[in-house]
Amino acid sequence: MSAPESQRISPEAVRKVAKLARLELSTLEVDTMTRQLAGMLEHFADIDALDLSAVEPMTQPFPLVNVLRDDVIRPSLDRDEVLAEAPHAHEGRFQVPPVIGMDS
Amino acid sequence: MSTTQDTSLTNDTFVVDGYELVCGLEVHVELATATKLFSASPNRFGDEPNTNIDPVTLGLPGALPVLNRHAVELAMRIGLSLNCTVQPSTFHRKNYFYPDMPKAYQISQYDQPINVDGWLELPGGKRIGIERAHLEEDTGKSTHIGGSGGRIHGSDYSLIDFNRAGVPLVEIVSRPDISTPDEARQYLAELRQILVAIGASDAKMEEGSMRCDANVSVRKPGEPLGTRCEIKNVNSIRSLGRAIEYEVRRQVALLEDGEVIRQETRHWDETDGRTHTLRTKEDADDYRYFLEPDLVPLVPDPEWIERVRAALPMLPRERRQRLSEATNAAPDSESVMVVVERGQDDYVLAVGASGAVDALAVGARALVHVKEAYADQGPEPQVPAADLAALIDLETSGKLTATQAKQILADMVTSGGGDAAAIAAQRGFEALDDSVLVGLVDQVIASQAEAWSKFCAGEDKAMGALVGAVMKASQGKADGKAVTALLMSRRSS
Amino acid sequence: MKADSKFRRSSEWTPDMAADQSSPSSYVGVPSGVPTTAAEIARLVRFSEVSAVSVVDAYLQRIRELDAGVHAFNLVTADAARSAAQRVDADIAAGRDPGPLAGVPIAIKDNLCTRGIPTTCSSRILGDWKPPYDATVIERLRAAGAVFVGKTNLDEFAMGSSTENSAFGPTFNPHDISRVAGGSSGGSAAAVSAGFAPVSLGSDTGGSIRQPAALCGVVGVKPTYGTVSRYGLVAFASSLDQIGPFSTTVRDAAEILEVISGHDERDSTSIPQDPLDLVSVLDRGVEGLRIGRISDLPGGADPEIESRLEEAFDALRAGGATIVDVSLPSMTYALTAYYLIAPAEASSNLARYDGVRYGTRVEASDTNAMYAATREAGFGDEVKRRIMLGTYALSAGYYDAYYGKALKVRRLISDDFAQAYRSVDAILTPTSPVVAFPVGAKADDPLSMYLCDIYTIPTNLAGHPAMSVPFGTGDSDLPVGIQVLAPTLAEQTMFRVGAELERRAADQFRGGR
Repeated sequence: MSAPESQRISPEAVRKVAKLARLELSTLEVDTMTRQLAGMLEHFADIDALDLSAVEPMTQPFPLVNVLRDDVIRPSLDRDEVLAEAPHAHEGRFQVPPVIGMDS
Repeated sequence: MSTTQDTSLTNDTFVVDGYELVCGLEVHVELATATKLFSASPNRFGDEPNTNIDPVTLGLPGALPVLNRHAVELAMRIGLSLNCTVQPSTFHRKNYFYPDMPKAYQISQYDQPINVDGWLELPGGKRIGIERAHLEEDTGKSTHIGGSGGRIHGSDYSLIDFNRAGVPLVEIVSRPDISTPDEARQYLAELRQILVAIGASDAKMEEGSMRCDANVSVRKPGEPLGTRCEIKNVNSIRSLGRAIEYEVRRQVALLEDGEVIRQETRHWDETDGRTHTLRTKEDADDYRYFLEPDLVPLVPDPEWIERVRAALPMLPRERRQRLSEATNAAPDSESVMVVVERGQDDYVLAVGASGAVDALAVGARALVHVKEAYADQGPEPQVPAADLAALIDLETSGKLTATQAKQILADMVTSGGGDAAAIAAQRGFEALDDSVLVGLVDQVIASQAEAWSKFCAGEDKAMGALVGAVMKASQGKADGKAVTALLMSRRSS
Repeated sequence: MKADSKFRRSSEWTPDMAADQSSPSSYVGVPSGVPTTAAEIARLVRFSEVSAVSVVDAYLQRIRELDAGVHAFNLVTADAARSAAQRVDADIAAGRDPGPLAGVPIAIKDNLCTRGIPTTCSSRILGDWKPPYDATVIERLRAAGAVFVGKTNLDEFAMGSSTENSAFGPTFNPHDISRVAGGSSGGSAAAVSAGFAPVSLGSDTGGSIRQPAALCGVVGVKPTYGTVSRYGLVAFASSLDQIGPFSTTVRDAAEILEVISGHDERDSTSIPQDPLDLVSVLDRGVEGLRIGRISDLPGGADPEIESRLEEAFDALRAGGATIVDVSLPSMTYALTAYYLIAPAEASSNLARYDGVRYGTRVEASDTNAMYAATREAGFGDEVKRRIMLGTYALSAGYYDAYYGKALKVRRLISDDFAQAYRSVDAILTPTSPVVAFPVGAKADDPLSMYLCDIYTIPTNLAGHPAMSVPFGTGDSDLPVGIQVLAPTLAEQTMFRVGAELERRAADQFRGGR
């Protein structure tokens, strides 16, 4: 059984999601992804038949509350060790290309 | 455009061309904790870049957040000071990419914030509603290098320092109850005082530990709310008023030209005094909020909340009220505001209580002296309260003039206190005998004949010269008020 | 990928195999001349009857000889392992307590942070990232005297059921290297199966310990969510992930869990409790226990696996347990709930791989372009697929229809289990519906791969403990695993059942089936 055309995920939607996820998908990948996601979502439609109106969402397997830590300083990481792992570092800081079009 | 606009400003309204301002503020404050919101690296301003970092701060793979108890208590203090309900709360992930956001999500309280539904009372008595005050983590700091003067656009690259990442913030969101730029300033100033008073934050706008965004819209009175714009980068209480005023005029001008306001975020530019489009609603990100699975709910029990409430110090509003009652000055008078902001109100009360005469009179005098002479003193001035009280006793009983008292107080501030009577004697400040004063007045009437005849002809202006001459002749020992009274009686006799 | 000749396939991934003319037909086995269970090693090392160095040398020797054909390891830390073993021996010589796992070689899934030692998650995006810190489990194992022999292969970021989604190539099943080891902890399962280490650690989000344990014929345990600290485990799906052991015996799994379990203040979801007490219950048998048989278990398991399950019930009945039918009507929806929840959490957890602070970067003219290029080049297809799926499930307009609904289904499943556990103490199911399948068989069909986890996923959603115990063989004499499920924190019951199955299997399947 296939979902009505209107509910199927479109290549445009896939591109939009890829942009949100910062994935630069090729045209081929967009096509494959559209097909695979559509197949999965179709399979996942099995839960649409369930009446879940009275069901509380479950987010944690074990119900803990108020897990708190005392406000006590612990040693920081060594900056040189950390920056040695950075793709690009400069003057004790992490270097990135210009931040443009970042909405902030 | 302001030249063509008709502005009316009263205490309660700010109306431009018939449009009124509707404004709410979002204030972020960094909490005064030792460590970060979710990890044990230091929360410290001004350290070498990337030295206050740990796996959690850097969003290293495998790192997990654990909530700071002290940050929670400070958030509760803020909520309780703002008359909020402290309630069970949860943390969400707000997902977005930015280089100074290490995990590419910010942990923030979303639909269940710790504090809701409170208010802040301005010094004049108006209440501004508080929608919520929630916990979240701060980002790192980006510095844009190259291009034109550190601006994002046209820079060559950016450098990231994560010292600030993960610093605990409380975001305090007001309801849109603010009606004038001045109310906005008062709100921010009052909030700042509260935060400092309760030890929640040092609230320094210049260091970024308090940051303010303003949601501004305009409407004709009685009409529905207009489209709002969010103003960012307001870096002082003074620029908040300027930015709001500019934004109101901009929006009114657009509406009067028949245009529509676009919902957008605007950037306040202190140098040109304008706001500029930063981003429009259309490019707003989809943050994909979901409950942070690495944290558990925060459910403070009533005992905990009451413990925090009981430990709260007296708030600035209550302290102003108390000082007002002890000095007969209005709660929103300048002297009361200033002395409470400096935290010297307890001191003024102590002076009033140790005076030999009427506590209210001594308190009133102490308020004036403290406001004027203690600008550089902290909440615990060096001059013992009893010393100032003794000075005021001499002053109010007429043994010292106001001028002499000020001089003696200046000496006491310099030396950290002292016996007022002894200093007065040292300086030769004995009160003048009435007969001596009469003699001096007669002497001056004779020597300043011209001024005297003008004064007698009804030119009151001439009195200043006469009083000044008597004061000079008495070497400052004469009481101005007594001299004036003598001159008046001489004229009428 | 085609899979006919063992030799060719091996040489494809391990060029030095070409020189190895004596490629064995089975890689299953143990080193000779040393004890081969963790319990025995720790005992004999402690009493100086064997040195830790000689034990680790024997295992390293076996790795050197055979891992080219199995590819269990991303990295073998031979020098560090020898040094650690020497320290253990020195401690013993000096009269210091060497710890409960003295000299026990252990292999670590390569998604657990090890200070100064590359931790890759079998992904290109992390490059040769060396964490500046140790995971809590690593600290605890080291303090207990364990000796780390290396980092094992996995499906990239633990996403997969075959260890074929590794940037470094698949791990092969020691029972038949034309077949997969299962996944995502395929390297850790294969390492124990091949005798490269007596024990190893994996992580289990939807079956990633139990399924490869079943396919490789070893014991694998996923404890109750919150029992073992996740601090230092590179997150896949935070509300489902749990660390657990692989071993050749139930006892060894218990020994490891006793060391790595217990409260950790660095993990907010860690249950405040003492370490598990398991070894002491292993001999108690199953007399009086009520064991559940799921009457509405989703079908599709191989007939021979169904037969082994029936024999397992028989074995427990023979041990004095009662078999009780239970119903878990929502179990059929577990796959959907899991494949919405896990990718949603993963899409957020994997957003931090942005080329700024660690790992690899593809340079570009601005930050956004750098992100997209880095992530496109750094992630493999399955990871991208799940990031896309999860991002979609959380995005504006779809949250309620997908992620929100999945959380409610999760509740239904949890409630079903709660209901079932009113009448039983534990439940048996197959671990996997199939035995080890040929490499490449499911590579192009993500959904059929997802179905491999149909019996393991429900317990992750509920947060319950579960373990897979080898129980005979199925098609082509390949191992079959039986899964023991138990309620939250009922690890003792689960281990009693597991130990009973192990004893019965030893009698029943002695000398092969």
